[in-house]
Amino acid sequence: MAKSQTIFFKNKPVITGSYAIVGPKEGTGNFAEYFDYVMQDDRFGEDTYEKAERKMIEQAIIGAIQSSKVKPADINMILAGDLLNQLISSSYAARDFKMSYLGLFGACSTMAESIAIGATFVDAKQANNVICSTSSHFSTAERQFRFPLELGNQRPPTSQWTVTGAGACVLSQTGNGPRVTSATFGKVIDWGVKDVNNMGAAMAPAAMDTMLTHFRDTGASPEDYDLIVTGDLGKLGSEILIDLMEDNGIKLGLNYNDCGQMYFPRRHAVLCGGSGCGCSATVFNSFIMSKLKKKEYKKVLFMPTGALMSTTASQQGDTIPGICHAIVVESEED
Amino acid sequence: MESKKRNQAYNQYVQARIPKTKPWPSLFNSFWVGGLICILGQGINDLLLLWVPNMAQQTAWGYTLIILIFLASFLTGIGVYDKIGKFAGGGSIVPITGFSNSISSAALEFKNEGIIYGLCVKMFTIAGPVIVCGVVASIVVGIVYLFI
Repeated sequence: MAKSQTIFFKNKPVITGSYAIVGPKEGTGNFAEYFDYVMQDDRFGEDTYEKAERKMIEQAIIGAIQSSKVKPADINMILAGDLLNQLISSSYAARDFKMSYLGLFGACSTMAESIAIGATFVDAKQANNVICSTSSHFSTAERQFRFPLELGNQRPPTSQWTVTGAGACVLSQTGNGPRVTSATFGKVIDWGVKDVNNMGAAMAPAAMDTMLTHFRDTGASPEDYDLIVTGDLGKLGSEILIDLMEDNGIKLGLNYNDCGQMYFPRRHAVLCGGSGCGCSATVFNSFIMSKLKKKEYKKVLFMPTGALMSTTASQQGDTIPGICHAIVVESEED
Repeated sequence: MESKKRNQAYNQYVQARIPKTKPWPSLFNSFWVGGLICILGQGINDLLLLWVPNMAQQTAWGYTLIILIFLASFLTGIGVYDKIGKFAGGGSIVPITGFSNSISSAALEFKNEGIIYGLCVKMFTIAGPVIVCGVVASIVVGIVYLFI
């Protein structure tokens, strides 16, 4: 028997508050009505996109605290991450808060990573309240990973669109709201995909591994969830995941979907869908949370995936390792 | 060994699943947009010769290039050239306007990091390889020219 990668939370930490802020393009997407705030423009009144991303996180954290009705003084720590080198968005945003700070990097899987770690602290009663937050910004990610914005090039059909958005939630020991009941920490999985324009294919094996591990550790099956949602595998990646799971004898049905695939309407022509930390973070903290609060969803398996690549490693011919963390969130019991 | 085989099989499977681009519409769009840019260049050249008295052909070529480069930079600055590029692909990359776009877009992108370390250093991140190729090619041609 393989060792368990899953933690079961006995005290079931409560998600007491959540907040999602997105850019203007995302604000016209499929989840538009669920977001707490849609920015008028990508710069958010700042002179650079990096500062705009920082400001988004600040607003998301403040918004989550307000919606949780927890006093800022009662919050022990911030767990946050983003895509930029040295996590500048999260770390610089955390300067303004008088709270302990842990910077996390799980690429686009950071939302689940932060919630899983935060829930562990809260469950162990080492913290009363923690904030989990992640963000991504199309323009800062393009600059770091790809080309200048105004360059007249075409995107390959497998490429995805980095979502401009930040999400944050507050986990508390007590209160009302959906509860985090278990978390599966994923392994780094690399099946030798080198194409940086095909992240979905690079991350799908990681999602498969974590999903299989989760089902093995918990004894659950796909039918036990109202929604199984991956982060940003995109159109191609989620189809690959369905195939991979089928190879392992598990059929993913209508309750499986992918945030990146759902994010934008077809006419936005974003090819394989949305991506980035902000993609899963904003969907989780708006759409999924609202469905859980209304009890339209009772049990959700949220498992964003991350491609742990850097431009340096890719240019040196390395393959793209993927990771996927899963958390189970259940609506409040009656 | 086992994992190498698995990776190979997986990559083959992924390759088969990748949505294919439609080559003919893309080629058609690059052809007519690229052609249009060339016609524009020829037009500028001919008008220069017509309107400016006593202009030598060599000089007119120079001015034509300057005007095309300016136009492309200008369109980059107001955020139009990337849209043309998205539609036309190679059609707007191959002419000199694409070269101009690659430099001005990088300059715009990195101006926030300052004039020296941002703009000047990063300006040629995209166009750099083109310049290197041009210089190397001219060295080769120069050496050949020396011996014939």
